[in-house]
Amino acid sequence: MLTLVLILIPLLVALVLLALRGGAVKRVALIASLAELALAVYVLASFQPDTTSQFSLSYHWIKSAGVQFAIGIDGISVLLVLLSTLLVPLIILSTFNHSYRNPSSFYALILFMQSALVGVFVAKDAFLFYFFFEAALIPIYFIAALWGGENRIKVTFKFFIYTIFGSLFMLLGLVYLYLQTPGTHSSLLTAFYGLNLSASQQGFLFWALFIGFAIKMPVFPFHTWQPDTYVESPTPATMLLAGIMLKMGTYGLIRIVLPIVPEGVQQWGLVAIVLAVIGIVYGSIIAIQQQDMKRLVAYSSFAHVGLMAAGIFSLTLDGLQGSLIQMLAHGINVVGLFFIVEIIFSRTQSRDLTQLGGITQNSPVLSVFFIIMVLGSVALPLTNGFIGEFLLLKGVFTYNTWLGVIAGTTIILGAVYMLRMVQKSMFGLQTTVTEQFTDLNLNEILVLAPLAVFVFWIGLFPNGFLKLTEPAVAELLRAMK
Amino acid sequence: MLSIISLSIFGILNLFLGFLKSRQVLLPATLLFLLVALVLNSLDWNDQALYFSDMLRVNNLFVNFSAIVLVTSLFVVSLSRSFGGDDEHTHPAEYYAILLFSVAGAMMMIGFENLIMLFVGVEVLSVAMYVLTGTDKRNLRSNEAALKYFLMGSFATGILLFGVAMIYGATGSFKLGGIATYVEVAIRYGSVSPLLYVGLLLLFIGMLFKVSAAPFHFWTPDVYEGAPTIFTAFMSTVVKTAGFAALYKLASVAFGGAYGFWAQTMAIITVLTLLVGNITAAYQSSFKRMMGYSSISHAGYLLLGVVANVSASPSAILFYSLAYSLATVSAFGVLMVVSEKKLYEGGADERYEAFNGLAKTNPLLAFVMTISMLSLAGIPLTAGFWGKFFIFSAAVQANLTSLLVIAVLMSCVGIYYYFRVIISMYLKPSDNNPVIVSNGFKLTLLLTTALTLLLGVFPDLVKNIF
Repeated sequence: MLTLVLILIPLLVALVLLALRGGAVKRVALIASLAELALAVYVLASFQPDTTSQFSLSYHWIKSAGVQFAIGIDGISVLLVLLSTLLVPLIILSTFNHSYRNPSSFYALILFMQSALVGVFVAKDAFLFYFFFEAALIPIYFIAALWGGENRIKVTFKFFIYTIFGSLFMLLGLVYLYLQTPGTHSSLLTAFYGLNLSASQQGFLFWALFIGFAIKMPVFPFHTWQPDTYVESPTPATMLLAGIMLKMGTYGLIRIVLPIVPEGVQQWGLVAIVLAVIGIVYGSIIAIQQQDMKRLVAYSSFAHVGLMAAGIFSLTLDGLQGSLIQMLAHGINVVGLFFIVEIIFSRTQSRDLTQLGGITQNSPVLSVFFIIMVLGSVALPLTNGFIGEFLLLKGVFTYNTWLGVIAGTTIILGAVYMLRMVQKSMFGLQTTVTEQFTDLNLNEILVLAPLAVFVFWIGLFPNGFLKLTEPAVAELLRAMK
Repeated sequence: MLSIISLSIFGILNLFLGFLKSRQVLLPATLLFLLVALVLNSLDWNDQALYFSDMLRVNNLFVNFSAIVLVTSLFVVSLSRSFGGDDEHTHPAEYYAILLFSVAGAMMMIGFENLIMLFVGVEVLSVAMYVLTGTDKRNLRSNEAALKYFLMGSFATGILLFGVAMIYGATGSFKLGGIATYVEVAIRYGSVSPLLYVGLLLLFIGMLFKVSAAPFHFWTPDVYEGAPTIFTAFMSTVVKTAGFAALYKLASVAFGGAYGFWAQTMAIITVLTLLVGNITAAYQSSFKRMMGYSSISHAGYLLLGVVANVSASPSAILFYSLAYSLATVSAFGVLMVVSEKKLYEGGADERYEAFNGLAKTNPLLAFVMTISMLSLAGIPLTAGFWGKFFIFSAAVQANLTSLLVIAVLMSCVGIYYYFRVIISMYLKPSDNNPVIVSNGFKLTLLLTTALTLLLGVFPDLVKNIF
C-alpha cells in the first residue's frame, strides 16, 4: 500500500498544482515532495534487507492480457526509490531563486515525472515497467522543450525520438517474452525470470532490451543526444535527467536484462563492456577539452555511466553492488555539480571556463561546496564516489584485467577534468564577470548542505547502504549461474 | 441487423425533415437516429444469425465493428456545425441523409457473408463518399478531389467486381463459407483453379484501394485535402474501419486456407504502405495532407494485423481501429476550428503554422490535439499505444520479425511528424488570435479525448469484449 502511495502523492499533487496560480505553487510542490521523502524514509527504515519484495501490492489491471498492476520494493529498487524521493525536493528547492514562467505547469510536470520514476523503480510487471518508463519521458520532454535554451526544440526532439526508438525495441522484446510465458500469458517479471529460452533467442532479446536501456543511460555509441540535451535543458530538467532518469537505464539492465537473458549476457556481455569502457575513456577525453561547464559535467556524467554499465556486465557481486551505490552517489554528485554551475551562470551569465576565475575570493562557501561535490565525483576516498568506483573497478578487474586497467583511467582522467574545472573557475585572478560575485544565500545552502552530508555519509558509512542491496544482488547472481 | 434497416429508413426520414430547412431540427435528429441505431446494434450482441438469404452474418464481430463505426459517426456528426445555414450549404438534409446511408453501407461491408453483399456495401459507402467529397461546391479543390476520387474509386470497384466474378468462376460460390471450403479442399488436393488466384488478387486490390494501402494510395492525400474537413474525418475513420473489417474477413475466413499464397504479397504491401505513408508524411507542410499520409501509415499497421492472421488479430484490428478513429476525429475537429480562423492564400490555413501558439490562445484545443497526436504516435497512457501493442503482439505471435522491425522504425518516423504539431502549439509564438469554440464542439472533443485516455489506462474495457 505504501508503495502505491509513493506513486500517488506526486501524481495527485501535480493535478492540484495545475489548478493553482502564483507563489503558492512552488511551496505546495516542495511540501509534497518533502512528504514523499518522509514516507520514503519511513519505508526505508522498515525495510528488511533480504531477497523479498516488500510493501508489495498487486491488482489485475488488464485481465485479458494478464497484465497486473504489481508493485513492491526489494533490495534492488530500494536505493533508487530513495534517490528519486531525495533529489526531487532538492531540485524543487533549487528553483526558488528563479521564477519560471507558467509555474503551475512547470512544477506539475516535475511531480508527474517523479511519480513515473518511482513507478519504474517499484514495478514488478514488465508492461507496468514499460508504462512508467515511457510516462517519465513525456514530462521531461515538455520541461526541456518549454523552458530550455535556444536550440531546445531541435535538441529535445532528437532526445525524444532517440529514446522512443530504443523503447520500442525494448517493447518488442517484452512482447516476445510475454508470448513465451506458458498458459494464459503473464507479464509479471517473475514469470519472465522463469522462462527457458534458447541461446539464440536470448541473443536477439539481449540486443532488443539492451538498446532501449543503453540509449537512456547513455552508453557509447548511443550517447549523441545526451550532451546537447543536458546543456539546452533548464537546469532542474538536467538534474532530473542526469540525477534520476539515466538510472532507469542502469536499473533496467539489472532488473530486466541480467535475470531474463543470462545467456544473452554471457554471449554479448563482452561487447557491452567494451562499448562501456570506450565510453568511459572517450567521454573523459572530451570532457577535458570542454570550456562550457555544463557540457563538461554532462560528459563526465556520460563517462561515469559507462563505468556503471561495465560494472553491471562484469557479473560480480562487487560490480553490481558498486553500480547500485554509484547510482545513488552519482545522482547526488551530479545534481550538486549542475546546481553549482547554474548558480555561477545565474550570477555571471557565463559558463565559459575561459571567462571565469577567482570566484573563491568572494564566495568561500560556494567554493567549499563545489570542491566537496568535485571530490565526490573524482572518487576521493571517504567520499561517496570512492565506494562505488572502487567496487565497480574491482568488479571489472575480476572480469578482465585489461579492461579493468583501461576503465581505471577514469580515476586519473576524472581528476584531470574536474580539478581543471575547479581551478579555472574558483582560483586564479578575478575576471570582469566574477568581480561582483556574491556568496550563497540561505536557500542555496539548504540545497547543497544535504547533498554534501550525503557525500560524506555514504563515503564514511557505506555499509548501511550496501547491506540494503546485498542479499538481493547476491540472489540475482545466484539465479543467473 | 435492425440497425442497418433502421439507418436506411432514417436516411429517408431525414430527407423529409429537410423540408424544414433547419439545422436545429436536422442535427439533433441525425444524432438521435445514430443513437437509436447504436442501441439496436447492441441488441444483436451474442445473437448469431444470418439474414437476407444468408448474405449478411450478424455476430459479435459485426456488432463490435459496427459499434465503432456508429460511435465515430456520432462524433463526426456532432462536429458538423459547418454545414447547413449558410449559402454554400443550402441543402443540409441531404448531407445528413447521405451520411446515414453510408454508415449503412459500412455495416454491410462489416457483416457481409456473400461477396455480392460486400460489393453492395462498398458501393453504397463509396458513392456516398464521392458526393460528400464534392460538397464544397465553390471550392475548386473540393470538386477536383471528388472527381479524382470518383474516377479512381470506380476503377477500383471495377477491379473488385472482376475479382468477385473470377472467384465465382473458380469456386462456384459467392458465399464466404463456400469459398473457404473450396479453397481448403482444392489446396489439399492441389487442384486450385488459376482463376482463384487471379480473382483473389483483384479482390484484394479493390479492397486495398478502399483502405488506401500502398501502392493503391495515390488518391488519398489529394482527396483528404480537397474534401471538407468534416468529411475527411469521416472518410479516414469510418471507411477505414469498415474496409479493414471486410479485408480481415476475406483474408482469414474466405481465404484463410490460401494463407501461403497471399501472405507474402500482403507482407510486401504492408511494408510498402508503412514506408510510403510514414516517410511521405514526414515531408508534408500541410497538416491536413500529413493526416492523409498518416492515414496510409495506419493502414500499414492494420495490415500487419491482417497479415499476422492469428487468433489475436481481430481484436487487435478492432482495438486499433477504435483508437485510431477516436484520435483522428479529435485531430480533424481541432483542425476544423483552427483552420477556419486563420487564413492562408485566400483559403483556410491547413498548414502546421496554423497551430502556432495554440497552447496560449486556446489551451483546451491544444490539449485535445496533444492527446490525439500522442495516441496516433502510440505513446503510452493513450489508446493508440495499446492499439500498436496488440497489433505488435499479434505480429510477434506470427513470427513476423522483419516486418515488426520496419513497423517499429516507422513508428519513430511517425513520432517526428506528429510532434511537429505539438511543437507548433507549445513552442512557437502565437499571433494572439483567440480561437473560440462552441460548447457542443468542446463536449465532443473532450469526450473523444477522455475516451482515448480511458482506453489508454484501461484497455480491457474494450479488449475484454472479445
